[in-house]
Amino acid sequence: MLTIGLGHFLTVAAILFATGIFGIFLNRKNVIIILMSVELMLLAVNINLVAFSATLGDLVGQVFAMFVLTVAAAEAAIGLAILVIYFRNRGSIAVEDINLMKG
Amino acid sequence: MIVQGLAFYLFAGIAVISGVMVISARNPVHSVLFLILAFFNAAGLFVLLGAEFLAMILIVVYVGAVAVMFLFVVMMLDINFAELRQGFIRYLPIGGLVGLILLVELIAVLAGWSLAPGASGSLIAAMPDPAQVSNTRALGLLIYTHYLYLFQASGIILLIAMIGAIVLTLRHRPGVRRQDIAQQVARRPEDSITLHKVPSGKGVL
Repeated sequence: MLTIGLGHFLTVAAILFATGIFGIFLNRKNVIIILMSVELMLLAVNINLVAFSATLGDLVGQVFAMFVLTVAAAEAAIGLAILVIYFRNRGSIAVEDINLMKG
Repeated sequence: MIVQGLAFYLFAGIAVISGVMVISARNPVHSVLFLILAFFNAAGLFVLLGAEFLAMILIVVYVGAVAVMFLFVVMMLDINFAELRQGFIRYLPIGGLVGLILLVELIAVLAGWSLAPGASGSLIAAMPDPAQVSNTRALGLLIYTHYLYLFQASGIILLIAMIGAIVLTLRHRPGVRRQDIAQQVARRPEDSITLHKVPSGKGVL
């Protein structure tokens, strides 16, 4: 029970990933919470990468986790910038209002 | 070993609980703060795994930059958050169903899964002995020798993200008075000064 192996870390990552998916469905209207849920999912992916890296003794997993971190930071910056200009134009951040392009 | 196990359950429990609080908190500011807590505990998990450098990077990048940026945006935008929560109950069953199915599937994969026997024989970059080479040094040696181009590419991604964010949010409002140095320098006395002969006992007008 108290001996921690790879499975424990993978379970935590799985729970966090499912929480992120659940959050996207739950907060269908609030883009900020959706962005935070995406961050949670990326964190779960990082935990997976680092857990495998530590178990197998291969450093490449940690290098990859670092690149995931970089892309996540860039994604958050661009997402929040889009959010800010969207709010400036429409006065709302509800996802249902984002239908100008009728996609 | 026992201390490590207890630390794992502490970090993992708080990370999961704060993850749930992120998506269910009423106030988005609280969501951001719980996100910070989740990142701190994930950094603790990374330390348990022996990835100290990534743990510190996680705290510096996420808590120091990304979470603060979220906090900025949440506090800057004047949003009626009660209105945004209206679909909460409506989407609860379908969201819960999808999340639960995904979780069960992931756990099922974990239950019937094992490492291939030759997996540890085909490493790309074997981790050096932590007693001799620290994690940070080993990562640095690996990144700056074998992953230099990827490292530069991630730098370019960050630069593009920065430029993109500035281009998106910068706006020139009309009617804002700005300093125009050329105009100030080219100003001549005869353009702006007029001399009036004022007769004594009377005003200018």
